[in-house]
Amino acid sequence: MSELWFFFEVLLSGMFAGTMYSLVALGFVLIFKASGVFNFAQGTMVLFAALCFVGFLEMGLPMVVAALIAIAIMVAWAFTVERLVLRHLVNQEPIILFMATIGVSFFLEGFGEFIWGGDVHPLNVGIPDDAWFVGPDGAMMIQQFDLSAAVIAGLLVTVLALFFHYTRIGRALRAVADDHQAALSVGIPLNQIWVIVWSVAGFVALVAGIIWGSRLGVQFSLSIVALKALPVLILGGFTSVPGAIVGGLIIGAGEKLAEIYIGPFFGGAIEEWFAYVLAMFFLLFRPQGLFGERIIERV
Amino acid sequence: MSIRSLTLALAGAAIGLAGLAGAASAADQIYIPNLVYKTGPYGPSGTPVAHGVADYLAMINMRDGGVNGVPILYEECETGYKTDRGVECYDRVKNQNGGAVVINPWSTGITYALIEKATADKIPILSLGYGRTSAADGRVFPYVFNFPSTYWNQATAIFKYIADQEGGFDKLKGKNFGFVYLDHPYGKEPIPTLDILAEKYGFTYDKYPVPPASMTEQKSIWLQIRRSKPAYVIMWGWGAMNATAITEASNVKYPMDHFIGNWWAAAEPDVVPVGEAAKGYKGATFNGVGTDFAVYKDINALYDAGKGTWSKDQIGGVLYSRGLVTGAYMVEAIKVAQAKFGNRAITGEEMQYGLENLDLDAAKIAKLGLTGLMPPVKVTCDNHEGQNPAILIQQWNGKAWEIKSDWIAADTALVRPLIEQDAAQYAKENNITPRSCS
Repeated sequence: MSELWFFFEVLLSGMFAGTMYSLVALGFVLIFKASGVFNFAQGTMVLFAALCFVGFLEMGLPMVVAALIAIAIMVAWAFTVERLVLRHLVNQEPIILFMATIGVSFFLEGFGEFIWGGDVHPLNVGIPDDAWFVGPDGAMMIQQFDLSAAVIAGLLVTVLALFFHYTRIGRALRAVADDHQAALSVGIPLNQIWVIVWSVAGFVALVAGIIWGSRLGVQFSLSIVALKALPVLILGGFTSVPGAIVGGLIIGAGEKLAEIYIGPFFGGAIEEWFAYVLAMFFLLFRPQGLFGERIIERV
Repeated sequence: MSIRSLTLALAGAAIGLAGLAGAASAADQIYIPNLVYKTGPYGPSGTPVAHGVADYLAMINMRDGGVNGVPILYEECETGYKTDRGVECYDRVKNQNGGAVVINPWSTGITYALIEKATADKIPILSLGYGRTSAADGRVFPYVFNFPSTYWNQATAIFKYIADQEGGFDKLKGKNFGFVYLDHPYGKEPIPTLDILAEKYGFTYDKYPVPPASMTEQKSIWLQIRRSKPAYVIMWGWGAMNATAITEASNVKYPMDHFIGNWWAAAEPDVVPVGEAAKGYKGATFNGVGTDFAVYKDINALYDAGKGTWSKDQIGGVLYSRGLVTGAYMVEAIKVAQAKFGNRAITGEEMQYGLENLDLDAAKIAKLGLTGLMPPVKVTCDNHEGQNPAILIQQWNGKAWEIKSDWIAADTALVRPLIEQDAAQYAKENNITPRSCS
């Protein structure tokens, strides 16, 4: 296999892996946009949504029904979080809200395990799982699964970007993100907006959970995929839906290329920290992230 | 833990407690705490082991009323496979209920962290097939036991298997292998042996560490393997890392029958999520698998009595079986200790004697109904690994694990001097005078 073909294979695989990270990052972005809160529980929501989906499938329900019930549960979860946690923390410092989401995360993980057990649940939703080989002697491999995941992520981002830019709810979400009190003063129902955005984040978590779960089986390690989304958020910006995708592509490609071409000089296993180094390098030039909103505060 | 298993566990605990209430106090029961992990990313691998141990001890309590009439008090402490939590668990349980008689850390990292503490507390550590390899030198590590085999000996036995497949050790010369491992004390443990084997047999190998936080994303590793095409890939993995690696190996079309996991990387949670693609994957093991063993008559009776700790349809897998044999080793060691010190609740120090004088031959194992489930073992003062370290190779057929080899003996002639050298170094660094075993 020529080195050039291998380089492109790594690049493409990294970009595909990046779109998988983006799927998780999207959920963080949505909630941050609407509440200015970094939702620590997003990784656990991915796990919980996938557990519900696969749990209902194992009960013999059709896939569509299982997905609809899982969505309903995530909406109910959004209501619960708003009613029991967020409502009581309006206008509190973001760090207070962040701490609350840590508690929410631990609760949800334990609750998920209590309901669905700690076993690995195999999941097959029919995503093609073979590979195409292109180039001389099949020098370059393209995973059909990865391509499918990338298409799904792309569609999701497009829909969400349109939703945020062209709907009243989308504009209301952005207003709430800018200033809770100001948004309330112009008649935006803050609590309702939070329910909507946590519901949408729950839906995104379900999609991410189904895709990651199809690859690995639905298991508790899904909650740690959130760690892969963090550098994507830092790089892409916490408030940008397209930023999550572009950030994912750059982080995914960057970490894989670094692991293969630089890793051997460090004894390997550098991709975990390299992703953060790469993200911070971008921050030197764009402190708000590539697509983050530039906040100018006047004295 | 699901509602069902929680209910079963609570029911089992209630029945057990009711049976023991009034009859047993801390002074006349044998307290065995278990440092388990049933939650988190490693939970799917830790759960079956914990249930195997719990079921065997519950079965002994139900069938025999304990060991020689002394009931066992079993308790779990959740570590999440995290070293700091493991140490915290140890500190919490060591003095409870009259004192722990033995500790199973179920983690190489936790084992390393507990060696000095447990030795000072005179509580033996049973790190069955994991932990610090050089702890097999009982002169330096009197309170650590790692029979029936260690990681270093396992590595030599895996290469013996590969050599047999290839037509002899001379055929390994010039070949390249891949070593995929969890970037954790456990995963790194066999590297010194692999280096020596590579030099001795003239092969090379590439190391592919998998950081714990990246265990579900190994693309870069498997693209490198696709490019370098190693003759075999050997894996020292755990938790979700294993299923991810097997999936990625399948994705890059690596021949699955040339991919061999160690005995912690070849169980049902590693292959079932992968589905058909895992077919052909091989792994080492030191215990049989399935429920077709005499001991299951009593285990089934335990479940029929509603005292099993898991759901009956889940028992019999690789890791459950390993938990079961761990329970059996502990019970037999307690019997050895009781034979010397009397049929009563024993101390950790007395349990150390029991473990160190454990001699389970084929006849004794048959009597326990465990033939085929566990290998014979004879532990001595200076050899805590046992005198017959060997492995079996099993292969996943898409539905179940099938044993594909006879017992493959480890190269103890190569490994034992390394163990003694490493133990001597440890003794020097820690100002330990090795005890005499003569």
